Amino acid sequence: MPEPPRDGPILRLDRVHKSFGAVTALADLSLQVGAGDVVGLLGHNGAGKTTTVRLLAGLLAPQQGTVRVGGGDPVADGPGVRAQMGVLPAALVVDSRLTARQNLRFAADVFGVPEDGLDERIDRMLADFDLADRADERVGGFSSGMRQRLSLARVLLPDPSILLLDEPTSALDPVAARQVRRALSTLAQERSRTIVLCTHDLAEAELLCDRVVVLEEGRVVADGRPVDLAAEHGTGGIQVEVATPDIARARALLADASPGEVDRDGNGRLRTTGIPRDTIPDLVARLVAADLTIYEVRRLDPSLEDVYLALHASRRGRMYPDPDPATAVRA
Amino acid sequence: MNTRAIRAVVKRDLVVVMGSKAVVLPALIVPAILLILLPALAGLAPILLGSVSANDMFRVLEALPPEASARLSGNPATQAAELAVTYLLAPLILIVPVMFATVLAADSLAGEKERGTLEGLLLTPLRDRELIIAKLIASWVPAAAIGFAGATLYAVVANIAVMPQTGRLVLPTPEFAVMALWVGPTFAAAALGAIVLVSVRANSTQEAFQLGGVVVLPVVVIVVTQATGVVLLSVPLLVVSGFVALGVAALLLAAGSALLSRTRMGERLG
Repeated sequence: MPEPPRDGPILRLDRVHKSFGAVTALADLSLQVGAGDVVGLLGHNGAGKTTTVRLLAGLLAPQQGTVRVGGGDPVADGPGVRAQMGVLPAALVVDSRLTARQNLRFAADVFGVPEDGLDERIDRMLADFDLADRADERVGGFSSGMRQRLSLARVLLPDPSILLLDEPTSALDPVAARQVRRALSTLAQERSRTIVLCTHDLAEAELLCDRVVVLEEGRVVADGRPVDLAAEHGTGGIQVEVATPDIARARALLADASPGEVDRDGNGRLRTTGIPRDTIPDLVARLVAADLTIYEVRRLDPSLEDVYLALHASRRGRMYPDPDPATAVRA
Repeated sequence: MNTRAIRAVVKRDLVVVMGSKAVVLPALIVPAILLILLPALAGLAPILLGSVSANDMFRVLEALPPEASARLSGNPATQAAELAVTYLLAPLILIVPVMFATVLAADSLAGEKERGTLEGLLLTPLRDRELIIAKLIASWVPAAAIGFAGATLYAVVANIAVMPQTGRLVLPTPEFAVMALWVGPTFAAAALGAIVLVSVRANSTQEAFQLGGVVVLPVVVIVVTQATGVVLLSVPLLVVSGFVALGVAALLLAAGSALLSRTRMGERLG
């Protein structure tokens, strides 16, 4: 594999088009990731995240455009590219008929991890991912969370410089998910690993990623730092807590002021987003005028979730315009 | 060539297949019937049944090539037992390597898709060629070894059954040796080629096994024609059939390998 460019992006897709039969997975997608960056790929199912990862790993060839990893073509220079890459696909990479230790040993052998100290390294990985006491059991008897942890251990064992992770915490309990996030954070901050994280967990993306890229129908619809995207696309929201008998009236007033849904959390608080900051005083005045028993009103800062939902709503509006009310009644 | 990685894939496939009851149970039962029960019954038939119709035997014995009939000795019943284990049933030893090659290759190739482990394997630094070589070794070497072990078992059982009557070892004959050492492994290679080809489309072990199972048919034809005395296999004929099988294997493997490129498999991951 060619030497990676010193200053240029380590991962690059230029005007890539990829379709499967009549289905277009990526349409003119361009994306660059610098060495040591942590980039979140966000998007609905079918947005093109998995196809992007498979193109970068050389499992797919683009019909148009170019894909480069460290300056090399992932298809033509596949072995060299994949040797420095750890990919956690949506499907688990571990074999259920092998033990946890055998799975790690296999990964070490195919990725050429040095034999010297390998057994200790495998033991350490098993301990780090809380699998030491099940190391010699077949993976077929593991829970989905344990398999996910083992898959991550297998991906990290060769110490790859580039990590492409598809939903790494999706099957994990909150404690294990936090451990994995800490591990990824350490890899990014202390060891300068390049990480591309495909996730539906927007809080996770906000926490871990320097930059997020939102894909929709195989195209990039937003790209930037979470805080910048929030400022650009997010409008924030409001949280209101009222006496229980007043909840229905408060919900109606919020729904009237908000373009989005009004949600009620487990403590009875109402939340909605998409409310511009300068309209909040007027909304509060209407709540007070309605003679509601108000315990709390709090402004919510725009989050990545707001950005994502706002982008999706605008795209959806273009794809599926709201039906004409008259037509809807006839229907 | 990344030999460490190839060894790892071979070892993993062998560990996986040895832990599979669906593979191991038929692997024990079928050879037990074909390679122990049948030669034992055929060899002991004169003792168990008392006598064999001399007229029937003369008809079969007259059809034998002179060099083959010259090897038989004793009374017609003893000759019948020897004929059965050295000629008529001997091609059964070909079924075992072909069957194993088919089962192992189906599990090794299509089984990866079925178990959801194919993508993980494709994401390793193994080259396409190395991956296919590893898969072929993991299927062919055990199939050929088990085929050879099965042939040895057959010979031991047949000799134990017949030797008390003939007073000498009846196997291996030259034809038997060629079948065990040359025809069995080459037929196993041809079976492997067929499974590689069908594995491109098959999404499960069962599907690959059904599509590729047709490769057992030529072996069944050989067994039936030999057992009924229609064709008695000679050494030259066996050597030629081995070369034919080898040619078929080369063609099928070349075609299958071209279709099993990483990006083609990537397109079918779903």
